[in-house]
Order: sequence, then structure tokens, then C-alpha cells
Amino acid sequence: MAKKKGLAEYVAGTQVWKAIFRHGPPNNARNRAAVVAGNVFLHLHPIKLKKSGVKLGYTWCMGGLSFFVFLALTVTGLLLMFYYRPTAEYAFNDIIALREHVPLGIMRELHRWGAHLMVIVVWLHMFRVFMTGAYKPPREFNWGIGVILLVLTLLLSFTGYLLPWDQLAIWAIAVGSNMAKATPFLGHGGPGANLAQIGDFVMVSDKNDVRYQLLGGRFVGEPALLRFYILHCVFIPLVVGVLIAVHFWRVRKDGGISAPL
Amino acid sequence: MARRQHLNRREFFSWITVGWVAFTAAVGGLLSLVFRFTYPNVNFDPASSFIAGVPEDYDTGVDERWKNGYGVWIVKEEGKLVALSNICTHLGCIPTWMPAESKFKCPCHGSGYYANGINFEGPAPRPLERYKITVNTEGKIVIDKTRIFRYEKGQWDHPDSFIEV
Repeated sequence: MAKKKGLAEYVAGTQVWKAIFRHGPPNNARNRAAVVAGNVFLHLHPIKLKKSGVKLGYTWCMGGLSFFVFLALTVTGLLLMFYYRPTAEYAFNDIIALREHVPLGIMRELHRWGAHLMVIVVWLHMFRVFMTGAYKPPREFNWGIGVILLVLTLLLSFTGYLLPWDQLAIWAIAVGSNMAKATPFLGHGGPGANLAQIGDFVMVSDKNDVRYQLLGGRFVGEPALLRFYILHCVFIPLVVGVLIAVHFWRVRKDGGISAPL
Repeated sequence: MARRQHLNRREFFSWITVGWVAFTAAVGGLLSLVFRFTYPNVNFDPASSFIAGVPEDYDTGVDERWKNGYGVWIVKEEGKLVALSNICTHLGCIPTWMPAESKFKCPCHGSGYYANGINFEGPAPRPLERYKITVNTEGKIVIDKTRIFRYEKGQWDHPDSFIEV
């Protein structure tokens, strides 16, 4: 006489369940590996970890925390986008209104504190990787990806800095974007810019150099606000997302996290 | 003679080369269009050249009427009228004219300049820049911000950098 099926067995036998989960229950090593390999999110992660590799004293969990803070910033940032309009007329008032006009008046603060935290956490992650020698071959490519991610983290901070559109924001970006002006050959105030001159025609001027491209104008005005908004909310997060996926994938491919090979 | 159905090896490589060159050129062309797209054809910045009244409009001292929008102070001193840039030479903030202390003071990092634009305190490495200032045939002042005169290069003696009054 056949044993009566329990509810769990019934659900696991339905076509819907089988369509989603291609493997049997994770009660043996093969199926546990299939769980990780068959999931688009988990497959970026190593199938197996060394127990010594996940010790908190060794990793500080800084890589995981960097990713967690990035996710938290994505969620709070998306919520803020419902109320923030990147125009000279509205931007500043919308930021002020975010304190009072919506429940959880600290949503903007959470985003800002998270941004500070992410810079600190990413830096500590880099510090840990350096101190444990985890950048050495075969992991040197992933160190390079990590350096790019650090730069993109700083660029996210920089572009987000302008969005409150107050005096601090405008002058901080005015000062920051003047670094682009000083780029050799490409910025009109940089070394070599005056070499590219044919008679009276100046090839690198304040109307066509890299700073103009960054700001969409000759100074920090409304086009700059819109450009920084797009860079901050769409362009840089997309690039960061792709590079994070590559970063995790390479951790797996280069021999797992943090342990000596 | 029957028409051949297939390319021989040499012809195949010729065509594949043509194909790759065309593909690379197309991608390069598209990317350069994308790059050019980031430079607008029109911008709504204030004009870099403008008419600023007649020399008799200005009293001795610093005049702030063209500061907002055009970013220029007209300074009348020692028989000369000059157009002073309002961009701090330290990192590009905008100093404030403080009449009581008779100096320009930058709020960002504290650079100070005399009314003539010479720096005397704070981190500013050089004096404020001056713009080309001329009188046209109608007797009106024309300020051209595309032409810059720098003190440290000895350009403040240039005849286009001031008007005798």
C-alpha cells in the first residue's frame, strides 16, 4: 500500500514547482550544488565555501556589507525619485519637502548616511583585501575590477552631492568640476590646451572641453543638475551593477573568497 | 563559362576584410555621433560679449550691476575702467564684494582680493582675471569675456584691458 503523500511532497510534485526548481530537495551534496548552480543570483556565488574563509575576523564581512549598503541605497534612492524633480525651480524645495511631506521624513537622511557608510565600507573592504594579500594571482584581475568599483562609488557620491541644489552643493561641484577643466589637453585650463590653437581659433575652449561635456554648460547650472541626476540615478548604478556581477563571478572563478589558495 | 557557386579562399578573406572594415567604421561613426550628442548645439548661458552702458555711468570704486548673470565687476580706479572676472583664481567659487573692508572675499576658502583684483590673503595663487573692455563707435562699453588678461603675465598693460577715463 502506497504511503499517503504529505502537503510538502504534493507541492513539490506540481508542475509549477518543478518548472521553477529544476532540482530535487537539497538533502544531498549533488542537489545542494544544483541549488546554487541553478539560480541566477546564487550562481554568482561559490558553490562551496571553506569554513575558514567566512570567519568574521578574517573577512570583516566588508564585501558583503558593501553590497548590502549598495542595495539599501538603491531602494532608498528609488523611493526618493518619486518625490524629487531635478530642475532649478523644484530641486531644493523637494529636498526640504522630503522632511515633512512624506511619512518617514528621514528617507533622504538614510540615503545620505548610507552614501557616507558605503564609501567607508568599500574602503575597509579594500584595506582588508590588501592586508590579507587577497589581491595576489590569480585574483589580480578582480582587484582591478574592485578599484574601478571604488572609483564609481566615489563618483556616485560626487554626482549625488549636487542634487540638493543648495549653496554647498553648487560650490562643491563648481570646485570639483574645475578639476575637469585642468585635464591635460582636454580641459581649457589644463596643460597643453593652448597648444591646440590655429591662429585665433582656439580648439580647446570653455565651450567644448571635458568640463563643458560634464556640466552641459560653462558653469554649474540647470543642465548640470540634470546631467548629474541621470549619471547618479541611472548611468553609474547600471555600470556598478554589471561590475558587481563580474566581481562576484570572478570571486567564484578565482578560487572562492578570502582563503589562501 | 559556368558561373562559380562558391568563393575561393582568397575571395573569402577579401570579403571578410571588407566586412570588418565596414562594421568597424559604422560602429566608430555611431560612437562619434553619441559622443557629439553630449555637446548641445545651443546653450542658454548668458552671452560672453555684452554692452555695458557708457563710461560716465560708473563712479569710482566697484560696480556690481553686471555681477549676476554676466559675472563681471566694473572697477574704476586711478583713471582706468576695468572689467574684473568674478571667478576666484583658487578653485573657481565666486567672491563677495565687501564695501566696509574694501575687498573681495571668497566664501569657499577665504581668499581675499583688493578692489583692483590683486590677491592679498587666503589660498588664491594669483590675481583675478580681467576681460577685454573697449569703447565702440557709439561710445558704448563692450566687454568681451572670451579675451582674458592676466596680471602675472604682464597683460594688464595691454590697451584692450582697460579704458582711460
